Amino acid sequence: MNTFYTRWLGGKKGAIELAVLAVFILVVMPLWLDIFRLNLVGKYLTYAFAAVGLVMVWGYGGILSLGQGVFFGIGGYCMAMFLKLEASDPISTAHQTTPGIPDFMDWNQITHLPLIWEPFHSLTFSLFAVILVPILLAYIISTAMFKRRVGGVYFSIITQAIAAILTILVVGQQGLTGGINGITDLKTIHGWNINTDSAKYILYFTSGILLLGVIMLCRFILSSKFGRLLLAMRDKEDRVRFSGYDVANFKIFTFSVGAAISAIGGAMFTLQVGFMSPSLIGIVPSIEMVIFAAIGGRMSLIGAVYGTLLVNYGKSAFSESFPSLWLFLMGSMFIGVVMFFPNGLAGLYDVYMKKWVEKLAMKVKKIAVPGKLNSVKTEL
Amino acid sequence: MGGYSISDLWSILVMQGFSGLSLFSVLLLMALGLAIIFGQMGVINMAHGEFMTIGAYTIYMFSKVTQQYFPSLMPYYFVVAIFAAFGIAFAAGYLVEFLLIRHLYKRPLDTLLATWGLSLIMQQIFRTVFGAREVSATLPDWLMGAWKPTPDIDIPLNGLFVMAISLVVTAAVVLFLYRSSWGLKVRATTQNRIMAGSVGINTKKIDRVTFAMGCGIAGIAGATFTTIASTGPTSGSLYIVDTFLVVVFGGAGSVIGTVASAFSIAQAQSILTFFLTNAMGKVVTLMTIIIILMIRPEGLFRSKVRKH
Amino acid sequence: MSNEFVLAVEDLTVSFDGFKAVDSLNLYVEKNELRVIIGPNGAGKTTVLDLICGKTKATGGSIKFNGIELTKLPEYKIVQAGVGRKFQTPSIYENLSVFENLEISFPRGRSVFGSLMFKRTQDVTDRVVEIAETIFLADQLNEQAGLLSHGQKQWLEIGMLLIQDPELMMLDEPVAGMSVSEREKTAELLNKISHGRSVIVIEHDMEFVKRIAHKVTVLHQGKLLAEGNMDAVQNNPKVIEVYLGH
Repeated sequence: MNTFYTRWLGGKKGAIELAVLAVFILVVMPLWLDIFRLNLVGKYLTYAFAAVGLVMVWGYGGILSLGQGVFFGIGGYCMAMFLKLEASDPISTAHQTTPGIPDFMDWNQITHLPLIWEPFHSLTFSLFAVILVPILLAYIISTAMFKRRVGGVYFSIITQAIAAILTILVVGQQGLTGGINGITDLKTIHGWNINTDSAKYILYFTSGILLLGVIMLCRFILSSKFGRLLLAMRDKEDRVRFSGYDVANFKIFTFSVGAAISAIGGAMFTLQVGFMSPSLIGIVPSIEMVIFAAIGGRMSLIGAVYGTLLVNYGKSAFSESFPSLWLFLMGSMFIGVVMFFPNGLAGLYDVYMKKWVEKLAMKVKKIAVPGKLNSVKTEL
Repeated sequence: MGGYSISDLWSILVMQGFSGLSLFSVLLLMALGLAIIFGQMGVINMAHGEFMTIGAYTIYMFSKVTQQYFPSLMPYYFVVAIFAAFGIAFAAGYLVEFLLIRHLYKRPLDTLLATWGLSLIMQQIFRTVFGAREVSATLPDWLMGAWKPTPDIDIPLNGLFVMAISLVVTAAVVLFLYRSSWGLKVRATTQNRIMAGSVGINTKKIDRVTFAMGCGIAGIAGATFTTIASTGPTSGSLYIVDTFLVVVFGGAGSVIGTVASAFSIAQAQSILTFFLTNAMGKVVTLMTIIIILMIRPEGLFRSKVRKH
Repeated sequence: MSNEFVLAVEDLTVSFDGFKAVDSLNLYVEKNELRVIIGPNGAGKTTVLDLICGKTKATGGSIKFNGIELTKLPEYKIVQAGVGRKFQTPSIYENLSVFENLEISFPRGRSVFGSLMFKRTQDVTDRVVEIAETIFLADQLNEQAGLLSHGQKQWLEIGMLLIQDPELMMLDEPVAGMSVSEREKTAELLNKISHGRSVIVIEHDMEFVKRIAHKVTVLHQGKLLAEGNMDAVQNNPKVIEVYLGH
């Protein structure tokens, strides 16, 4: 229990932050918002998975991955493929030229299910694929790069290129992937309808709980020697190497974990929103995920969630009324974060609000005011 | 590959080769500018494509103004406009370095993010000023038409012109870097900043000029771009990933490497695009580059050992 | 012959673009020996250490550590084999505390999963405290390493090596930038820690060298110039000529 408390929850401060976030997501939001808006927030929470992954990979690992959309998308597509096959049973598709296959394949004059789709008839396989395929891809890419000491900006550009490649591939192979429209019209998972209101509630809570779980797992990782090593590697990679560590392995592991986390987000996205398309895979969504983490605080797992919610809320609020203003704002946010507040909201909180809050906490004595947005930085 | 005779294939190869040359020229100029900025200064400028767009829009503006007010000068405006494209892009780059880049030299990843933000802002400015739709400059007559060395081979003149410009600019860059005193200062600053500073070189000014030059060359790339495609607010982002890969693939510090890399990538893409679809041609090219980079991360031509 | 030596460097050469920084060097270090390498600037001393610990790849020759060929191994495996290296400018983790600096260097949990499962057990803490005492930093355990003085940072780095318990320790200018009293303490420290292991030290301060060296090797232009105890070397006319009086 003691280990659980310190390592997974993050001690007193961490547990309080986590509790506040949990209450915010699981209690406040559902009570405050109608199902439509809640579903939107649920969508944003799936983006938060990618942002949390970036805290690990970028904030702690020092690896700026501009291709998290790739892993988000793979997770999403794996889930979508399963759901689409389920929705394409021979009875509902009886009107098609070839019943029993997804509608977009029919439109593309495909006459039998491509081999790569076959295993996705199984829920178990699909669930494993959601996690394992991204990990495999991340492992291959990062091993090839980090074992050869390619890092920094080179690696970032290559992740960007991979995002571009995957987008082109997916869009181009209409018959295989649904092309630019993606995979749509998803209905049920194992017979359970995902489009009803009650389903949306359940999926929302599932996303929320999974997200909290992922944060706890990341806490566990970061509070171990591994986490301290990540910080050490980020600042003095050579010294770590000369202390007997194979630096590449640590980076590979971090990158793969980040990929898996993003993929879970992608799968939840498919379930909550009901489709998956290449617009979530490419260069633009990938770099948006970076801004979520940057605004929230690249060193703060919890900050990343708030950052995601804030930026996405801003995006939907602005882009309808003032679309041109939104792009200016987003561009300025990139510049602003880099120049003025590199630790995002969490950093701002640390510098300005924490003392005020702690004073208040002491005044309120027994009731500890929760430490919102506080970072998971090692106490230096 | 079916249905083509040998002479057909040869004609296709030549024509695709030449269309590849237009692509090569644009890529080369973009990559040269970026190689100067990245190879010499270690700065990743994700807004590099937008400086290209500045050049393209400059040509467009010149074309419109000339058409409306000085129609008799149509045959001449283009050359003047190219110089203007360089100048305006240079000035914009100078300003950007002063306001933004110079604060971020030790932080390459942050520079990447900040310049991405800059590119968004610049794209939005283009959208606001020129509209979201693509525009085209009216090209002077002497650029239209084709050269036909044999009946089967059609080589567009604008492609040749564009190639000529790129080679001229490349030669100018090489001369500048290796033969002028300014170029000497640039190379000195790159190789040993502290020493350069202590012998009286104003390294800050050098950085600013170097960055601006890189942007100016991108402006010229934009000018050449207008001869092969129309210009929109997001035209710059078409080439940015390719440009980076060209620079990285060629070995960031080497002009020869950049030229070789731009040539091979442009040609590969052009030829592949003919036989595969547009998309697959690009994919195969990108993937090959990545695989080669995984095997040989320094790129084709390793630059000499450099201390930052 | 090479089995008796902890380190057997034979015919070691490295050339950068044609320039031979180290030229067919032979060097043998015995168990429990404290060898000091001296030589004018540019003689190749740091390069030799770079070659041994794997930072630079040799272009020819062999480096055997207890019979293991080091030239084929990646850096971290060389460290795990028992070779520790201290760099010329103190290379410590500025953002972590002294305790954490030492703990990271503790030779347990060196793999990914090992580090995830690593527990700060009593034996780890005890050892960190023990080392901290040896390197005169027992009172600074919770201080941020970046805030230490230059001399203390050097000691911390030595401590980070010590805690690995290497059989061969290599120190590059350990007293550079230290005050006289700090140098004395460092000489004391080195004499203490060289029991039970071999140590190679690169240094310029001849007084310091005299206090610690068992044997001295003089390098010049990448080649071995002279070798022997301090007196012999100091009186060697070739050495005097090369140094023009130290």
